[in-house]
Amino acid sequence: MNARMKRAASAGALAVAIFAGAPAFAQDATQDTPVSGQAHHEHHAQHTSQPRAAAPASAGSSAVPHAMHDMDTTSAPAAHARSPDYSDGYHYGTMEGMEMHDDPAVGSLLLDRLEYVEARDGGHAVTVDGEAWYGRNFDKLWLKFEGERAEGRLQDMRTEALWSHAVAPFWDAQLGVRHDFGIGPDRTWAAFGIEGLAPYWFETEATFYVGQAGRTAARVAFEYEARFTQRLILQPSLEANFYGRDDPQRGIGSGLSDVEAGLRLRYEIRREFAPYVGVVWQQRFGRSRGFARAQGEPADDLQFVAGFRVWF
Amino acid sequence: MKPIHGNPGSPIPVLSRRRFVQGLALGGTAAVLGGFVKPVWALTAGNQPRVLSGTTFDLDIAESEVDYTGARRVATTVNGQLPGPLLRWREGTTVSLRVTNRLRVPTSIHWHGILLPFDMDGVPGISFPGIAPGETFTYRFPVRQSGTYWYHAHSRFQEQTGLYGALVIDPAHGEPVRADRDYVVMLNDWTDMDSERIFTVLKKHSEYFNVHQRTVPEFLRDASAMGLAGALRERAMWNRMRMSPRDLIDVTGFTYTYLMNGTAPAGNWTGLFRPGERVRLRFINGSANSYFDVRIPGLKMSVIAADGQDVEPVAVDEFRIAVAETYDVIVEPQENRAYTIFAQSIDRSGYARGTLAPRPGMEAEVPPMDAVPTLTMADMMGAMGEGDHAMHGMQHDAVSLSRRERVPEGRVRVRQSHDAMHSSESSLRRHAPGLRPPLPTGEASVPGAIRANHARTEFHNPGVDMRVDWPRINLDDPGPGLRDNGRRVLTYADLHTLGGSLYPEPVTREIELHLDGSMERFIWSFDGVIFSKANPVHFRYGEHLRVVLCNDTMMNHPIHLHGMWSEVESPDGEFQVRKHTVNVQPAQRVAYRVKADAPGRWAFHCHLLYHMEAGMFREVVVA
Repeated sequence: MNARMKRAASAGALAVAIFAGAPAFAQDATQDTPVSGQAHHEHHAQHTSQPRAAAPASAGSSAVPHAMHDMDTTSAPAAHARSPDYSDGYHYGTMEGMEMHDDPAVGSLLLDRLEYVEARDGGHAVTVDGEAWYGRNFDKLWLKFEGERAEGRLQDMRTEALWSHAVAPFWDAQLGVRHDFGIGPDRTWAAFGIEGLAPYWFETEATFYVGQAGRTAARVAFEYEARFTQRLILQPSLEANFYGRDDPQRGIGSGLSDVEAGLRLRYEIRREFAPYVGVVWQQRFGRSRGFARAQGEPADDLQFVAGFRVWF
Repeated sequence: MKPIHGNPGSPIPVLSRRRFVQGLALGGTAAVLGGFVKPVWALTAGNQPRVLSGTTFDLDIAESEVDYTGARRVATTVNGQLPGPLLRWREGTTVSLRVTNRLRVPTSIHWHGILLPFDMDGVPGISFPGIAPGETFTYRFPVRQSGTYWYHAHSRFQEQTGLYGALVIDPAHGEPVRADRDYVVMLNDWTDMDSERIFTVLKKHSEYFNVHQRTVPEFLRDASAMGLAGALRERAMWNRMRMSPRDLIDVTGFTYTYLMNGTAPAGNWTGLFRPGERVRLRFINGSANSYFDVRIPGLKMSVIAADGQDVEPVAVDEFRIAVAETYDVIVEPQENRAYTIFAQSIDRSGYARGTLAPRPGMEAEVPPMDAVPTLTMADMMGAMGEGDHAMHGMQHDAVSLSRRERVPEGRVRVRQSHDAMHSSESSLRRHAPGLRPPLPTGEASVPGAIRANHARTEFHNPGVDMRVDWPRINLDDPGPGLRDNGRRVLTYADLHTLGGSLYPEPVTREIELHLDGSMERFIWSFDGVIFSKANPVHFRYGEHLRVVLCNDTMMNHPIHLHGMWSEVESPDGEFQVRKHTVNVQPAQRVAYRVKADAPGRWAFHCHLLYHMEAGMFREVVVA
C-alpha cells in the first residue's frame, strides 16, 4: 500500500468512527431539553444549606476513540448537577414588546470553489463546490452541490438536501437525500452523515449514502485553513469517495474510488470575496482507474485551478 | 468658566484605512440645516451646551445623518445629538422625562443603574410595551441616588446606532468631592455596518471581525524563540479545543470607529484645564460591544467612584472599563501641556482618544497600542491554569486537565497538577472560607478556586463549547492584556465602596448561574439555556441573596442586573464594592449580594449587545 492509499484508508476509518458515534450523541443531545415550568423548591433548599461540590465529571469510556470525545461537550452531568430553573413556577408575563430574537432564522450561501481547472493534458473544466443553509440555532436545511462542466456538457454533479441538527458544540448530524446528475444515469441516494469542526480546526464532512439496487457510498472531506496574514490563507483539502459496488455507467468502481487533494491560496479582498489559485491532485483507485482509462481519461491528474470563494 | 466649544482637531489623514480607524475630525450628527454640528460637549460647572438639567425633560428620538468615516449613515439620536444630551438630575427630586418616538420602529430608553419602579425601567416586553412610533411615553420617578450613570435604548440594536447619553446626578446634600473641572468622557463604538447584519454575520462566521488571528509566520517566530516543541505545545491545547486565544471580543476595530464624547480620534475631543486644577473625569463605557483600557500618560488617576458609587480613592495608571460600567477619576495635571486620554480597545484593534489641554488645539503624543493580548491557560481553565501566564512549559499537566473527558483518572491528575502548582501558589488567593464550605474529604482541591456547580443543561448541549470546573475566584487580576504591563492597573480588589454594604443582614440563599456560549455557533446563554427557552429567575421579595456567576467562556462578560444593586463580595466573602454592572473575567467566579427590595419584573443580562441578543439574558421576577 503506498502512502496515498494509507492516507485515504485512514481517512475512511475516521469517517467510520465519526459516523458510528453520531447516533449516540444525537440521542444525548435531546435529553437535556430546556427547563420546564416546574417549580424546584427542594432544589433551592439544597442550594442554601448544602452548596456541596458536584462529583467530578466522569470520563467517557476509554474504549471510545479519542476523536469521539471531542465531538461531545464531554462527560455526563455529575449526579448532583443542579437545575438551571430558578423560576419557582413563575413564567414570563404577558407584556408586549419583547424584541429578543435569540434563535433567529439565518441563511447563508457559500460558493467555496467556483473555479477554472486546467488538467495536465491541457483539458479544462469549470467546477463549483458550495453549500447553502437556512435555519435556526440547532436545526437547519442544508443544500450542498459539487459539479464539473467540461467539453460543453455537465460531467458530474452531486446535489444534496439535508436536515442538519446540532448534536454537539462543533458537530451537526445530517439526514436527507442526494441526487447525482451528469454522464451516465442519474442516481438517487438517502444520505446521512455528520459535518463539523474536528479538533485542530479540521472542517470535516462524513456522509453515508444508500441508493437504489443495493448501492452504498461514503464520502469524507476535510479542509484546513492556514493563515499567512489576516487575509492570505492557504487551504489544504482532502476528499475521498467510497462505493459499495461497481457502477460502470458512471465510471465508478467499488471500494475506494477516488481521492482529491487540493491546495488553494486565497486572498480575502473582503471577508466575503476571495480569489485564489491552487493545485489539485486527483487519483482514482481500483476499478475506477480502469473505467477512466477506458473512457480515455487519465487515472491520475495534476490540475491547476483558479477561482473565487464567495459567501453571502 | 468658559464653555468649551470648538473642536480643535487635526486635518483629516487621506488614506482610507487610516481615515476609517481615525474617523473624521468633524464627523458627527448633521444639524437640521444640513451642516455638521461640532460633536463636542463637555461639562464644566453647569455652563455647557447640550446639558439638560432640572426635573422635566423632553427627549425626541429620531434618525439623524452622521458621517464618521467619510460615508454618510443614519444614526438613532436623542434630540438630534450623538451621544444624546447629558441629563443632570438632583438626588431627592422627582424627574419627568417625556420621550417621543419619531422613528418608524418601536423604541425605548433604559436608565442604566437607576433605582426606580420597574414599570419606569424601559425594557420593552418586561417593564413596558415600548414606545410605538409617534407616541410619547412619560417616565416619572423619584431620584434616590447620586453619581455618574447613563441611559440607552433597550430596543434591538438602537444602542449600537447612537441612542445613548450620560446621566449625572448631583447629591442632595452637596458634592463631597472637590473638583475645579468636571467632564463626562463617554466612550462608544460607531459602525457604518448595519447592526442586524453584524449579528447575522456573527451567526455565520463568528471570527469575521477578528483582525488578530494567529498566523503561520507568528508560529515560526514562536518556534524560533521557544523551540518547535514549545510552540507546538503552546498551540496544541487551543487547536484541539478549537478555540482561539485571540477571541477577546466579537466585534472590533474591523468595523468600529471608537468615539470619545461622540468624537472620532482624529477629531480629538478636548477638555481644558489650568495647571494645578483638580479635574474630575466621569468615564462611561456606553459602547455596544467594546471593552476599553484607559490611561492618561503622564497622569495618575485617582479613582473615586465606580458605577456611580463613591469608593475609597485609589491611584492607578490605567483601568479596564467593561461595557456599561462608569468610573469617576480625579486627575491633577501640573504641567502647562497637553495630555492624551487614551482608550484602546481590549483587542488593540483601535482606540478612542481625546486630550486634556490648557488651550484648545493642543495635542500630546498618542501612544502606540499595546501588544495584542493572547489568552492564557488561566483564561481557559480558571485556577487550573493559574501561574501560567507566560504559558512556557511547566503547566502541561494542568493543561491537559481542562479537557475533562480526556482524563479518565481525573482525581489522580488533579493531585499531580496540584503539586505542580505549588510553585505558583503564592500568587493565588487562599481558599475562601465562609463563601462555601471546604470540599468534601477525599476530593482534591485547587488553591484559589471553588469547584463550579454546573447545571444539567450545560452538558450535552451544542450551545456550550466549554465548562470550567475550577474557576478562579480572585478579584486582583487586571485581566488578559493588562497583566504585568508595568503600569498600576485597577482591579475589583482595589474598589471599596465608601460606607460599606447597604444591607447588613445575612444572605439567606444562593443562586448560581453560569455564563456559557458557543463561539462557533454564536450562541450565548446562562446555564446553556437561551432567554427564549428559559423561565424567569425568581427572587423572593425582601430576601437578601447571593448570585454566583461562573464564566465558562474565554470572554469577559459584563453582567447587569436591573433595578437592584449588585454588591460584589471579596474572595473571603466580605463586602467589596457596590455596582450595577459586574464584569466576570474568563474562567472566573464572582459572587455578589442582591437585596431583592424592588418588586416587579427586571432584565438581567450580559451587556455585550450581541451576546444579549444571542440569548445571554434572563428575566428576574421579584415577588
